[in-house]
Amino acid sequence: MSDSLAGRMGPSSGPSPYGGQGSSANLADILERVLDKGVVIAGDIQINLLDIELLTIKLRLLVASVDKAKEMGIDWWEHDPSLSSRARPPQQVPAGQPPETGRDPLADENRQLRAELAELRAAIGSPQGSDGHRTHHEEEQ
Amino acid sequence: MTSHLHGDDAAAASPQQPLGRPTEQRESAPPSSSYVYAIGRAGAGLDTAAPRLTGLRAGRVRTASADGLTALVSSVPADAFSEEGMKAQLENLTELEEIARTHHTVVESAHTGTTVLPMRLATVYLDDARVRSMLRERAAEFEALLSRLEGHAELGVKVYADPRAAAADPAPATSDGPEPAAPLVGPGRAYLRQRRARCETQRDAYRAAGAVADEVRDRAAALARDRVAHRPQQGELAAGAGENIANEAYLVPTGRLREFHRTLTGLADGVPGVRIEVTGPWAPYSFATATATAPPPAESRSV
Repeated sequence: MSDSLAGRMGPSSGPSPYGGQGSSANLADILERVLDKGVVIAGDIQINLLDIELLTIKLRLLVASVDKAKEMGIDWWEHDPSLSSRARPPQQVPAGQPPETGRDPLADENRQLRAELAELRAAIGSPQGSDGHRTHHEEEQ
Repeated sequence: MTSHLHGDDAAAASPQQPLGRPTEQRESAPPSSSYVYAIGRAGAGLDTAAPRLTGLRAGRVRTASADGLTALVSSVPADAFSEEGMKAQLENLTELEEIARTHHTVVESAHTGTTVLPMRLATVYLDDARVRSMLRERAAEFEALLSRLEGHAELGVKVYADPRAAAADPAPATSDGPEPAAPLVGPGRAYLRQRRARCETQRDAYRAAGAVADEVRDRAAALARDRVAHRPQQGELAAGAGENIANEAYLVPTGRLREFHRTLTGLADGVPGVRIEVTGPWAPYSFATATATAPPPAESRSV
């Protein structure tokens, strides 16, 4: 139950009948439970639930967009090895999913579409348009 | 200050309360409030657990009981846990993490011994007497929840699509589809082909992850009693490679925890680019979501 950094860094091991997470549980997993779930009763000290919602939204923003969070000066996870051990490179947006903020999914998708277009052009043997030539000038025809 | 609300409680103040009542502390110690972590049935389980637990600000955890229910409580400084103080704390992410982890640790430690209802973060009362009157007011509601959750724990299941892992997989993930005869392949064409293969791998990974997520739901339904969907985790806090496409919590009978874990973990075996993470067992946070609609007491402490 030590809350030391070392105490919460260990990866969660296999299941035990109860309480397998220990203090090593992932912070995102904990936050989504203690902030969003659990029994909600209004205590004597009125924490405006709206404030909590705002906080949650802020966290979600943070969770959704690291770049935005860094702009806001929030970089606390970088000091926590259990959070920053994984370098997360930019990712592509899957078809049919809403684009993620903070990355540049449109540019990625653009590149991808251009490439496919150029390839189709090449396959049907039509002369490449200015587009294809801009993106893939090394293409042989 | 509040004695008119609970005159009879004052006489019956729990002897376990080391610091005495807030009204008595006024003169000597700074005033404190009672932070509630979890509620369970009164009995040996929580009575023995409480003294072993450390709460916020290194405070000792104690019990406050009424009507067959026990709340796990610790004293917190009234000023830091006033409306303003708490807001400031919760807006500070370092402090929020500290509070969240401590809250979670107390809840989880209690949950190892008995069924508890985790409170939402930052549930604070003026003193233990107010906690007891809250227990009395909501006894029926808590009883019903405890009966429902008894003998169960929560397991989290997250499904990730990880196209990079799929691409790294030596197995030929991409099929040789209808390819126009191209005896001469230049470097540009080769690049494009490679590029398309990568895109296909990516699409395959997401498609496969979606299929795995569906299967997770089917298999879990047979083993779990209830299910709650959480938002997929994104960004730096999502501590796993790939993109989290499904994030769910299941209420599982304790006798089936291992089976659930084993069954669900194996569903992504041999599926390139898809990963399943099972977390828990957790106290049943996601299923203890009774929301009281009764208006809060008008009273509030000024600091």
